Amino acid sequence: MARVKIDNYAYANVPRLGFVGWLRWIWRQVTSMRVALILLILLALASIPGSVLPQWPQDAANTQGFIDENPFWGPLLDRLGFLDVFGSAWFTAIYLLLFASLIGCIIPRCLVYWRELRAPVPPAPTRLDRYEPVTASAPQGARVVMRNAEFALSPEVSPRSGERGGRQSRRLVHRPRLWRWFADYLIRVDERERRGDDADSELALSAHKGHVRELGNLIFHVSLVAILIAMATGSMLTYRGQALIVVGDTFTNAVVAYDSYESGALFSEDQLEPWTLTLDDFEAEFDLVGLPTEFTAYATLTEPGQEPRQVETQVNRPIQVEGAKIYLQGNGYAPVFTITDADGNVAFEGAVPFLPQDDVYTSTGVIKVPDVTSGEQLGFTATLLPTAVVDGDTAQSLHPSPANPVIYLQAYTGDLGLDDGVPQNVYELDESQLSPVRGDDGQPLVVEMQLGDTIELPDGLGTVTWEELPRFAAFDLRRDPTLPWLLGSAIAALVGLSMSLFAPRRRIWLVAPLKPHAGRKTTVVEAAAWAPAHDTAVREELERVLVAATGRLTEAAPTPEER
Amino acid sequence: MNAQELSWLALWGAVALYAIAMVASSIHLARVADAKVAAKTRAKAAVAAGGVADERPAPASALRAGSEPEVRVRSRAAGIAKSTTLVGAILNGIGVVARGIEAGHAPWSTMYEYTITGTFVAVVVFLIVQSRRDVSYLAPGVTGFATIALGIGMTVLYEASTGLRPALQSFWLVVHVSIAIIATGVLIVGAVATVLQLMRDYRDSGTAWLQRFRWIEAVPEPAKLEALAFRLHAVGFVLWTFTVMAGAVWAEHSWGRYWGWDPKEVWSFVIWVIYAAYLHARTTQGWAGRRSAVLALIGFVALIMNFTVVNIFFQGMHTYA
Repeated sequence: MARVKIDNYAYANVPRLGFVGWLRWIWRQVTSMRVALILLILLALASIPGSVLPQWPQDAANTQGFIDENPFWGPLLDRLGFLDVFGSAWFTAIYLLLFASLIGCIIPRCLVYWRELRAPVPPAPTRLDRYEPVTASAPQGARVVMRNAEFALSPEVSPRSGERGGRQSRRLVHRPRLWRWFADYLIRVDERERRGDDADSELALSAHKGHVRELGNLIFHVSLVAILIAMATGSMLTYRGQALIVVGDTFTNAVVAYDSYESGALFSEDQLEPWTLTLDDFEAEFDLVGLPTEFTAYATLTEPGQEPRQVETQVNRPIQVEGAKIYLQGNGYAPVFTITDADGNVAFEGAVPFLPQDDVYTSTGVIKVPDVTSGEQLGFTATLLPTAVVDGDTAQSLHPSPANPVIYLQAYTGDLGLDDGVPQNVYELDESQLSPVRGDDGQPLVVEMQLGDTIELPDGLGTVTWEELPRFAAFDLRRDPTLPWLLGSAIAALVGLSMSLFAPRRRIWLVAPLKPHAGRKTTVVEAAAWAPAHDTAVREELERVLVAATGRLTEAAPTPEER
Repeated sequence: MNAQELSWLALWGAVALYAIAMVASSIHLARVADAKVAAKTRAKAAVAAGGVADERPAPASALRAGSEPEVRVRSRAAGIAKSTTLVGAILNGIGVVARGIEAGHAPWSTMYEYTITGTFVAVVVFLIVQSRRDVSYLAPGVTGFATIALGIGMTVLYEASTGLRPALQSFWLVVHVSIAIIATGVLIVGAVATVLQLMRDYRDSGTAWLQRFRWIEAVPEPAKLEALAFRLHAVGFVLWTFTVMAGAVWAEHSWGRYWGWDPKEVWSFVIWVIYAAYLHARTTQGWAGRRSAVLALIGFVALIMNFTVVNIFFQGMHTYA
C-alpha cells in the first residue's frame, strides 16, 4: 500500500486522486453529516442579515435610503448581496449545497431501507448479558410462551367492545396487516442450539421496531426536497400584480391595468383571463380611538362567458377567480378633482388616490395636469386630513373616518417631465423643472380646501374643485398553481417528522429452553430489551410482554452465583 | 369585579406564587443535593472499608449500574413548591381566560398576551412532565423563568385590550399563534433541562467555578438530562414546524404570499434551522452531548430574540403589538 513519507519532496507513493477521485472525495464530504451540520448552522447565520438590513425585495424605498445614507457601507453591502440576502449568490450556494448533501444522503438511505425492509429480522443475540436481562418462569412450555409473546407484540386480532342492541358486546376484530406493520413489532422466532449445551435447544424470539422511524425520516427529507421543487416551479409559473381600484371603477385583468406586475419565466401574459372587477362599495370601520376593526370590499366580478356575480372580500378572505386569488391589501381615500386651466377648459377630471401615511389616514397625493391648452403644465401636491383639527398654525387628523376632511394643496407650474420617456412614480412630483406658485407674500402658496370647494389659482392659472371623497381599495392578485403541491409536501414533511421523532426504535428478545430445567417443571424465560437512551418506556413494554407471555411478573435478574 | 380586574389580580397572584415556588424548590433541591452527597460518601466509605456485606442493597446496586444512589428526600419545601406551582398555574390560567373574556377574542394578539399565555404553557408542560416522573430539579428554573417573564409582562409589556385589527381576524390566529405559544412553552422547559445538563456535565469534569454550586449534585447525570431535553425539544421542534407551516398558510391567505422573508419569518426560519441542527448534532460523532446542547441553547436564545428584539426593533408585517 501507499507509503506516506513526511518529507517535503516525496509523495510519490501516495496514490494520486485524479479528477474522478477528487469528485468522489468532494461528494463524500458534501454528503457527510458533519458538513450538513455546518451548512445548517451557516444557513441560520446567513439568514440573520436579511432581518437586520433593509432588503430590496421587501422594502425598496428603505433600502435605497440606506444606501444613500451610508455612502461607503451602503454600496459595498449592496454589491456583496447583503441587501438582497435571500437572492444572493452565497445564500443560494449554501442552500443548494445543503440540498445536494440531503439528496446525496437520502438516496443511499432509501436503497438501504428498501433492502432492510425485505431482509429478515436479525436473530436474537446468543448472549443477552449486555442488555441487562430479566427472567420470568412460566408454567407452560417454551412454545406456548413464545406464541403468547408474539401475540402480545403483534396481535392479529384485538378485542373491541361496542354496543349492539343495547347490550355490551365484545368481539374480536382482525387488525389490518398494513396497520400491524406500522404499529407493531417485526418478529422472528428461531429454534437453535443452546449455548454451551449441545444436547439442549432453545427458542429465541427477536422482535424489532424502528422501521417506521426511518420511514418517517426519509419521508421528511424527501418532502423537504419536494417543497423546494414546488417553490422553484411556483416562482416560474406564478404571476402577481397590484391594482388600486377607486369605488365605482372597473378593473380589467390585463397587464396594462396593473400598477405593478411581475410574472415567472414560464407564464406568458396571454394566459391572463380577461375578467373584470367592479368595486361597488368599500366599508371601513374603526373604533373610537381610530383602530381599524373591519374592512370590507363589495365588488362585482365578471368572468368571461359567465354571469356577473357579487363578491365580498375582507383582509383574510381573498376572492377566488380562475385559479388566482385577489387579496384586499390596503385602502385609502381618492378625492375627485376637476381642474380647469387658464383658458377655462377642463384639463383634469378624476379620482386621485392618496396614500395613507399613518394610522389616522393622513394621506398624501399628487395631481399632474399635463394637458393644459396654453401656458405651463400644472402640478399639485396635496395632503388630506380625514378628521382635521386645526390648532393654531398646525392641523392634524384625529381619526381615519372622514368626519371633517380637509385638503392642503400646493400648486406648481412648469414642466412635469412626463415627456422624457422615463417612467415616473405617480405618487411623486418631479420638482426639478417646476416652480411653486407663490402667494401675495412671496411664499409658496398652500390652500386649504373643504369638500365641495372651488379655489382659484393666483395669476389666472385656473381653478381646482374638490368634488367627492370616495375610497379606494388596493388589491394584490396572485396565481401560483403549485400551492396544492406545496401544501401536500409540507403536510408530508410534518407527518414524516413526527414519525421520525416519536416512533420508537426498540428491540426485544426472549430466549427460553425447549426442555424444562432439570428437576423443575417451569420454563425459565430470559428477556432483554434495547432502545435509545431517551426511550425509558421500553422496560415497561418488556415487562408487559413478559407478563403476557408467562402470566408472571419478572423476577430479579439472577446474580452470578445463582447461575 | 370585572374581567380586567380579575385577570390583573390573578396574574399578580401567579407571579407571587411562582416566586414562592422558586424559593421553595431551590431549598428542596439543596436538600436533595445534600442527601445525594451524603449517600455517595457513605457508598465510597463502604467500598473503601471493603464491607459490601453490611450495607448491601443500596450501594451495591448503585455501583453495579454505574449510576447514582437513589435518594428520596421528603421535605416541607417540596410540598410548598408543588402546591404553589399548581395554584400559581391555575391563577395564571384564570388570568389568561379573563383577559380573553375582557378582550373578546383569543388573547394572543399582543406581546403582553403572548407572555402571559407562554408562561402558563411552560408551567403546565412542567407539571405534566412532573406528574409522570420526578423532575423537581427543573422546578427552580421553570418557576424562576415564569416569575421573571410574567413579572416583566405585567409591568413593562402590559397594554389595555383592544379589538382585533382586520389582519388578525382569522381562524388562523387561534391555530398559528396558539401552537407557537405552546411550542415556546415546551422549548422553555427543554432549555432549562439543557442548561442543567451542561452545568452538571462541566461540574463533573471539573470546571472550577461550578464546584461552588453543590445543588447541581441534585440533578441527574448529563445523559439522563440529555434524554429528557431531547424528548422536550423533539416535541417543541414538531410544534415549531407546525407553527411555521400554519403561518405560511395564513400568510398566503392574508397577505397573498406564503413566504416573504419578513423579519419574523426570517427568525422563525433561523430558529427552525438551529433546532434542526441540534437534532442532527445529537447523532453526529464529536457533536453529541455538549455541542448539541449548546446548539439547543442557541436556538432558545434565538427564540427569545424573535419574541423580544424582533418584535420591538424590527419593522415588518408582524408588528402588531
